[in-house]
Amino acid sequence: MIYLLCFILFCVGLYCIVTKRNLIKIIIGIGIVEYAVNLFFILIAYKMGGRAPILAEDQVIENMVDPLPQALVLTTIVISLAVVALLVAIAVRIYEKYGTFDIREIKRLKG
Amino acid sequence: MHIIPLFVAIPLGSAFLVSLLGKRVKRFSDSLSNLATFSLFFISLVSIFLVRNQGILVYKVGGWIPPIGISMVMDGLTSFMLVTVNLIAFLVTIYSISYMEKYTAKDKFYTLFLLMLAGMNGVIITGDMFNLFVFLEIAAISSYALVAFGTEHEELEASFKYAVMGCLASSFILLGIALLYSFTSTLNMADISRTLTERGDNKIIFFVSTLFLMGFGLKAALVPFHWWLPDAHPSAPAPISAMLSGVLIKVLGIYALVRVLFNVLGLGEMKSILYILMILGTISMVVGALLALGQKDFKRLLAYSSISQIGYIIFAFGLGTPLGFLGALFHLFNHSTFKSLLFLNSGAVVYATGNRDLEKMGGLSQKMPVTGTTSLIASMSISGIPPFSGFWSKLIIIIAALQARQFVLAFIAILVSIITLAYYLKVQKLAFFGKLRKKWEGVKEVPFPMKLSMVILSIICLAGGLLLLPGISEVFLETARDALLAGKEYAALVFGAL
Repeated sequence: MIYLLCFILFCVGLYCIVTKRNLIKIIIGIGIVEYAVNLFFILIAYKMGGRAPILAEDQVIENMVDPLPQALVLTTIVISLAVVALLVAIAVRIYEKYGTFDIREIKRLKG
Repeated sequence: MHIIPLFVAIPLGSAFLVSLLGKRVKRFSDSLSNLATFSLFFISLVSIFLVRNQGILVYKVGGWIPPIGISMVMDGLTSFMLVTVNLIAFLVTIYSISYMEKYTAKDKFYTLFLLMLAGMNGVIITGDMFNLFVFLEIAAISSYALVAFGTEHEELEASFKYAVMGCLASSFILLGIALLYSFTSTLNMADISRTLTERGDNKIIFFVSTLFLMGFGLKAALVPFHWWLPDAHPSAPAPISAMLSGVLIKVLGIYALVRVLFNVLGLGEMKSILYILMILGTISMVVGALLALGQKDFKRLLAYSSISQIGYIIFAFGLGTPLGFLGALFHLFNHSTFKSLLFLNSGAVVYATGNRDLEKMGGLSQKMPVTGTTSLIASMSISGIPPFSGFWSKLIIIIAALQARQFVLAFIAILVSIITLAYYLKVQKLAFFGKLRKKWEGVKEVPFPMKLSMVILSIICLAGGLLLLPGISEVFLETARDALLAGKEYAALVFGAL
């Protein structure tokens, strides 16, 4: 069930990238797609009623969630931050050159 | 002293130093980047002999034993790809010494360039799925920035398009990795392969391989996913076009795809996957060539031709026979040399005349003899005229197709080769032969570093066929092919080398 919601989120992001005409909205769509993938990665490691994986002296190790995907997702969040920052920077430069965010008017490349 | 981590450490460290000191010390960025790429090329040559003498090499990052920690693996295919990438990178940095003079931020260019190189070397050498994703993103993000390097209208537009498509591709790849992790509870490539063998057949493998095919196919610009490439590759500065078309799409696309499909998922025997590769390859071959015929922009034509040649490589991998693999790898090496040479030629033309439109050129051979001759060699090589290198690799691919009883597809491959010849003759006729226009009478030949790298590349194109000689081919091409043919044996080899 929850995986289905995750998949729907992915499709919402994809829809946003494909149909929107505004550069900023496309960037937001990319953000949604990346959220969906990150969420999926966290969810596959989750256990019903699981708890945080903390290793300390008085803790009993039982029923923990898998900590590895959490570390991986941290990395992918940093990567997507870099990508989004770059995309926004390019979008700002495009606005300076073309004076618009509308992709229908940004079409010098053809052929 | 282990040489494996140096492939990532050298470019990463020099990128850091160049960005730190490039502005302050004169000529620092030029000399350090050339030194870095030269030493990378040298140790990649050394790695061939290491692999030949010691077999597969494994480096444990931080001393952790592989299924737990990250590992770096060096086998025949790895060292083959490393030589290809670092050879082109070295020649391209020589070329950039003069070419990049007209841009203002040369040190930033070198920083991004070295970061991209670090990412590519990392993708090739890593033995861990998630680490592959991270390096792939390093290479991809710096290539988005490099495409936008000129910050003019077209560059920014192309870079935005490229970045959006690249992000989408990365998301698909990450989704595939997540699914694979949920099924096998490991990220180490060799361990995934071992676990999959133990678990036997499962439907999830098909879903994962579809995701990877989509993700890496987007990065490799196979035909349904190709339309960002003709915008992105011509917009970058010429040395970067040469890197992007010459090696980046091959490393992020083809190498990662075949490594994951054949070695990790072990689908080398699976008819349906091979069939998909074959069909995708043929479509790319035909569509790329037909679209290239109608182009008037020099660099755009070359970009379409890249799509067509990538089609050849994927088609040959899809044949699934040892000869097909050999042909694919050989064509991969050859294509990276002659396509970078052609892009460097187009850069030389732009450098001298400031013009990319083929119809406005003419007779440039008289004024630029070195550029004219080297581009003639590259054109003959890419369209498969004997005795140039492209002829031999296409011959092997077509023979492999005939042996695999794919007569129709072999015929299409020959036909596309003729179309390739047609559009390269058009380039030669319009740009380099014919009467010199009045406008170009003041044109001078390009500076020495640019000439040097073009001449070296054209010598490689001429002598490329020698790689098939028995003694050389065993060391270089056949070890790479055997690494792919090993399929799931890969796991046993990696764990055996610990």
